[in-house]
This record gives sequence, C-alpha cells and structure tokens, in this order.
Amino acid sequence: MNLYTYASPANFYVLAGKLIPWFAWGAGILTVWGLYIAFFLAPTDFQQSEAYRIIFIHVPAAWMSMFIYLVMAFWGAIGLAFNTRLSFMMARALAPTGAMFTFVALWTGAWWGKPMWGAWWVWDARLTSELILLFLYVGIIALWAAIDDIRRGDRAGSLLTLIGAINVPIIYFSVKWWNTLHQGASVSLTKAPAMAAIMLQGMLILAIAAWLYTIAVALVRVRRVILERERQTEWVKAILEKGA
Amino acid sequence: MEWASWSEFWRMGGYGFYVWGSYGVTVACVLIEVILLKRAASETRRRLKRMQQWEEQ
Repeated sequence: MNLYTYASPANFYVLAGKLIPWFAWGAGILTVWGLYIAFFLAPTDFQQSEAYRIIFIHVPAAWMSMFIYLVMAFWGAIGLAFNTRLSFMMARALAPTGAMFTFVALWTGAWWGKPMWGAWWVWDARLTSELILLFLYVGIIALWAAIDDIRRGDRAGSLLTLIGAINVPIIYFSVKWWNTLHQGASVSLTKAPAMAAIMLQGMLILAIAAWLYTIAVALVRVRRVILERERQTEWVKAILEKGA
Repeated sequence: MEWASWSEFWRMGGYGFYVWGSYGVTVACVLIEVILLKRAASETRRRLKRMQQWEEQ
C-alpha cells in the first residue's frame, strides 16, 4: 500500500470517514479554548474597549476565505493538469465553506466598522476585493451547478477558480498598495507584548479550529460527491446495501 | 478575569450589540452549514438507495 492508494475514490471514501470525527472534535475543542481566551483572558483594548473582540472571528474568517480559495485553485490546477477525479471533487467540496467564511469576514467587518469607523461599509480596496471574492465563490458554485456534464463542469469551474485566484494577492496586499481605511496586517509584534501575545494566541487557536472545521465539512461533502459519482460501482452498491 | 458580573459581560463595554451581532451570525452560519450538510448527506444516501432498488427490480 502506498500513498497513491488514497487517490482512488473508493479508498479515500473510507479514509475520510475515519478522519472526520477527529477533525470535528479537534475543531470543537479548539473553538472552546479559543473563545475562552477571546472573552476571558484577553484584556480590554485601551483604544477600542471591548469592540475589538470581534477580531477573534474576523481575522481567522478572513484568512480562511483566502486560504480555502487557494486550496481550491490548487486542486483545480491538479485536476486540469492530470485529470484526477478526486481533485475536482475536493475543489467542489471546499467552495461552500469558503463562501461561508468570506461572508463571515465581511459581516463581522461591517459590525466592527460601524462602531469604529462610523460606517457599515465603505468602498475601500480591502473591502471591495473581499466582496469580489464572495462573488467569485458564488459564481463558481453557480457555474458548477449549471453544467450537467460533470467533466465539463469540473473543468469550467476550475478554470474560473484559477482565473479568479489573481484576486487573492490583491486582497492580501490591498492595505499596502492603496491608501485604505482598513488597518494593516493585524499579526504584528509591535504592540505591547503581553497583550499582543495573548491576542495572537487566541486568534491562532481559532484559526486552527477553523481549519479543522473546514477539513471536516469538506470531507463530509466530498464523501457525498464520491457516492453520487461512483453510484454505478460495486463498492458503492455494497455500502448502500449495508446502510453504513 | 475581565468581568465583574455577567451583565457587564453581555454589555461588552457598550459594544454588546456589535460584538454579539458578529458572534451570533457567525455561530448561525456554522450551524446552518452543518445542518444543511447532514440533511444533504442523508438525502443523497436515500436517493441513491432508491435508485439502486429500482435497478434491481
């Protein structure tokens, strides 16, 4: 048995089923720990008072919105280059969660912007490029849903994902390239060290929790896609028979 | 510990509306995703099983 064994949907289906509970439990435990730090250990900010606590979800969600997109683009590229079935399935399985985190980043940003900037929304480079990311996710999901031919749909959606990937560095560097209302990168060690350390710790723990959550839901979704696409095979028939 | 009482905790220094508005919607998004996913997974299984039974007949 080697690593390539798991490139086969049948083997991956079984492996994914075993991994899901671990990722789900890990995500749950880290979320509780991260939120405990966010609300009970992290001190009040001297400028923003308690409103800054939104950062603990805003930043991990914004990171995830970009990471997931890049991972999707990676799977799309692998699929287009090597025509591997499982890569396209992975790309499809990640998109809804990516869209969800993008929405959360925008939403929490608005609810943080209102008390701090006095506006729910401004057409600033960071916010606008993140909104474009949400439209990209929605567009890709819609494209996949619209094309009945699975292979053509896979290729078209992944091509759109790859073209849209240009937006990710634009989001990331927008605060440097343009004069924006949005603050620069939050992860810096220039603030008061004790404060920055505990804040950073909470944020990183919640970011890892978000990663584990994403992996868990993407694996559940990919298992569904595998069943759907392999329904004519003997192993899927056997699984459905067992009801396992 | 930052909070003298629970009411102070919920007030969030006067920013409770914004803090809980952010966290509330995030929790709702995650719950909705998980619920939809569970439903879709069992729906797919049921549908495939039905299709399989038809084919056997």
